[in-house]
This record gives sequence, C-alpha cells and structure tokens, in this order.
Amino acid sequence: MNQNEAHFNYILRLADTNLVLGHRLSEWSGHGPYLEEDIAMTNIALDMIGQANSLLQHAAKLEGKGRTEDDLAYMRNEREFYNTLLSEQKNIDFAFTIVRQFLSDAFDFHLYKKLESSKDETLAALAVKGGKEVTYHLRHTAAWMERLGDGTEESHARLQKAWNELWAYTADLFAMNTSDRELVKAGIAVDNETIKSAWLKTVEEVMKKAHLTMPANTWQHSGSREGKHTEHLGFLLAEMQYLHRTYPQAQW
Amino acid sequence: MENSEQERNFDAKLERNETIEPKDWMPDNYRKHLIRQISQHAHSEIVGMLPEGNWITRAPSLRRKMVLLAKVQDEGGHGLYLYSAAETLGITREELVSQLLTGKAKYSSIFNYPTLTWADIGAIGWLVDGAAIMNQVMLQRTSYGPYARAMVRICKEESFHQRQGYEIMMVLAKGSPEQKAMAQDAINRWWWPSLMMFGPTDEKSPNSANAIKWKIKRESNDQLRQKFVNQTVPQAEIIGLTVPDKDLVWNESKKGYDFGTPDWEEFYNVIAGNGPCNKDRLAARTKAHAEGAWVREAAQAFADKRKELEVI
Ligand SMILES: [Fe+2]
Ligand SMILES: [Fe+2]
Repeated sequence: MNQNEAHFNYILRLADTNLVLGHRLSEWSGHGPYLEEDIAMTNIALDMIGQANSLLQHAAKLEGKGRTEDDLAYMRNEREFYNTLLSEQKNIDFAFTIVRQFLSDAFDFHLYKKLESSKDETLAALAVKGGKEVTYHLRHTAAWMERLGDGTEESHARLQKAWNELWAYTADLFAMNTSDRELVKAGIAVDNETIKSAWLKTVEEVMKKAHLTMPANTWQHSGSREGKHTEHLGFLLAEMQYLHRTYPQAQW
Repeated sequence: MENSEQERNFDAKLERNETIEPKDWMPDNYRKHLIRQISQHAHSEIVGMLPEGNWITRAPSLRRKMVLLAKVQDEGGHGLYLYSAAETLGITREELVSQLLTGKAKYSSIFNYPTLTWADIGAIGWLVDGAAIMNQVMLQRTSYGPYARAMVRICKEESFHQRQGYEIMMVLAKGSPEQKAMAQDAINRWWWPSLMMFGPTDEKSPNSANAIKWKIKRESNDQLRQKFVNQTVPQAEIIGLTVPDKDLVWNESKKGYDFGTPDWEEFYNVIAGNGPCNKDRLAARTKAHAEGAWVREAAQAFADKRKELEVI
C-alpha cells in the first residue's frame, strides 16, 4: 500500500464508523423511549451521517478514481468496510445503545482533538467541526450513563449487562495496521496509543458515577481494521445498500 | 350575570381578532374542541414519523438520507410544540399520549397508508406536507394564541418539507423508466388520500361550524381542498406526472379546477381502523412507549434523587 492508498484507507476507517453507528442510531427514529430523546438520537444520527458524508467525499478525492461518496457508501462490500466492531453492534435496548454510543463518543472526542493538528488540512478541518458535535454527543451519552447507572435497579442492571457485553469491543477501537503507523510518521494519522490513557480516564470517571464494574471476562475481539467484522454488518449493509444497488446507474 | 359577561368578553375578543390566551376565560366547548384538535395534530406529527422513518435506513443516497433524517426530526419537534400548546389548556402529556395509545384520540388518517417504495417519500413531502401546509398557514391566524404561535414556527419548516418531497419526485420523473414508473405509482396511491386530509365535505363536517364561529378555522374543508388542487395540479404537469383523476378539468369561470369525488367510504373505513397500517402504527407507538417505560422511570428516579426538576 503506498501512502496515498494508506491515507484513503485511513479516512475510510473514520467515515465507516460514523456511517455505521449513525445508521444504527437512526433505527431508533420514531421509536425512542420518549419524544425528546427520540429527537436527540435522530439528531446525533444526522450529525454522524453528515460526518461520514464529508469524510467519504474527502476519501473519494484522495483516491482520485472518479468515485463519489455514494459509490463508497453504497457499492463496497462487507470486507471493504473498516468501521469499528463496536459501531455495528445491534441496538438491543436503550442501555446497549447508550453504552455503545458513549464508548465510541469518548474515543472520537480524544481522537478528534489530536486530529485537529493533522497535516491533512481537510481532515484537520473536519476534526474541528466534528469535534464540536462529538463534544455535545459525549455530554449527552455521559449524562445518560449516569442517569441509567444511578436511576433504578432495573436501569442499573441493564446498563451493567450492556457494559459487560460491549466492553469486549473496546480494544478494537484502537486497532491500527502497519500503513496507519506510516501515516502517523507523516503527521497525517493519530497514534491511537497516545489517546488511550485520556480515553480510559473519561471512561473510568463515568463508570464511577454510573456505579459500573468491569466485566470478569476481559477478552477482546479484533479484526475491523482488516475488514473482518461480526455478522451484523452484512445485514446492515444489505438494508442500507439495496435500493442504490438495484438501480446502480440511477440518480436520486 | 358573570358568566354572560365573560362570554361577551370572549366574543368581543374574537370579534377584534385578538388571540385567546391560556389564562383567559373560554367556553368549555371551545377548550374541548381545541384539546381535541391540537392533540390530534400533535399525534399526527408523531405517528407521521413512522411511514417516513421506514425509509431512513434504505435511502438511496447519503444526501437523501440526511434530508430525510432532518425532516423526521422536524416532525418530532412539531409534535413537541403542539403537545406543549395542548398542555396550556389543562391536560398533561401523559394523558395525551395515553389517549393516543388507547385509541381515544385520533391522528391524521393519511399515516395509515404504507410507504411501499422510495417514491412514497417524495409523494409524502410533496402532497401530504403540501396539504398540511394549506391547513397550517391558515392556523397561524387561529384564535388560540399558543396554537397560533406553534403554527408560525412549524410553517417555517414545512415549506422545506414540501420542497424536498417535490424535488425527489422531480428527479425520479426525469430518471430511468423504472424511476418514473415508481413516481407515477406513488402519486396514484397518494393523491386521493391527500385530498381526504382536508376532512369531509363542508355539509358533512360535524365540527366545522363551531371551529369557524370560534375562528379556530378560518377556511372550510372544501375551500382548502380546492386551493390544494389548484396549486398541485400544475406542479404535477411541470414534472410530467399525471394526477389520477379523470374528472379533473380547468374551470375558467371559477379560476380553479373541477375535480372528482374522493372515495369517502374508504375515508370512513380508514378512520374506523381499517386502513392498511392502522394496527401497525399503533403497535409501533405502543411498543416504543412500553419499552421506554424503564428509561423514563430511571430518568425520573435519578432526578428525584438529585431533587432536580427535569422535564420528561
Ligand atoms: Fe410537521
Ligand atoms: Fe412536515
């Protein structure tokens, strides 16, 4: 992989996570636990898909093969997607949704801060804009973590259950491949190792407020950086892509 | 007599086109009529999120997906403004929601039709939001202050809804033969239900007389329906779609279209619960409410613990 291909691939990773997590969140639209939260989740989904859209435009330009953001979103297959394993996990219930979103928001929050000084100026600008949105998302999900963790017995139990199951996908957030490391040297990408302690600090603060404990089983899944996913992604893409692929030449 | 003086005051205010405000005296029937109408309107915004939300995950481009998300989010916001307006009349959100879920309160029957293809998202924006705007523009001058002000905010967003829907149809109509067929099929299915959105004909509309007397409504069902047809038929022609009405003809003397009669039997059937999606819509709302119960309880318990006032 030459540097440009690596760069393209790195941007896809960021875009795909936003697209897939935004998609999951958008499944709540019209079905939220109450109206204000329904609106908030739809709004966050919109932010994330907006970020995915901008990142995919950037990726398409870097690639320089005349593909568009829609080609990249709708015409790639399961093994060509690089979103985190966490982002594709199913909604299950509101507690799962909040834990998944919180862990991802906390990661993005620290990642975007660093990306603001990327030598890729477009990416740096997107990180500034996206960082503002993520700050709001993180505030929203951290508040829910606390509310559910310190709400009722049932909400705490549901939150802890979601935490135990989703914790296994957190190491994968930080996964990097060899070409990512080359991009770090070039000042384009962020070394995810450098944000780990800040991320963990955010996470532990919230865990404390939410009265959560770490799961006994600390096994970590991996693979998304190589495009190896859980089975959930295939169905998500089938739904997302079906209409676009049915009429591949069509304008919408 | 005190009562009649209050009543004279009320009538005089309406006469001077002043708004009635929550603290003002108002006749019981006026209050009841408003609660019924505003809550029905709020429920329509909320239930209306379902047929369109149905296509968010399948939208054919990222841009369309974003526009649709923004629209569905707006509709939720409209529901919020309207529930707040209804609450000023002395009913709680909980009561309003339970009236919807028990079937005591109605919502617009249009949302009991299914969104079968992507073109339906275009048709809803163009025709359904288009018909809603006719009503809502009028309601900006309705006599009850909080309702009128909610309508002013809502109308600002509605024209974007109508435009995005029309644009979807325009793109489909000049697209591939399959896309054009999809668009024509959508207008075929949505045209008559859209005309029915204005309610029964004036002589068969049970609540209309009072609504006009109280200046809640300022134009009749038939007047609004006529306006909608006059506005929409040329829009269909511009993009090469056919309005499915063989009786449609321009009438120079009234400077408007003559048009056919909607199938009122279908209309009353859908209201009675026999539309294609009545059960699904209510089931979806009931499920969301039931599955959200533990979340609302948790938020309440958390707020109570901190003695904070939180609006759920
Ligand atoms: Fe609306
Ligand atoms: Fe609308």
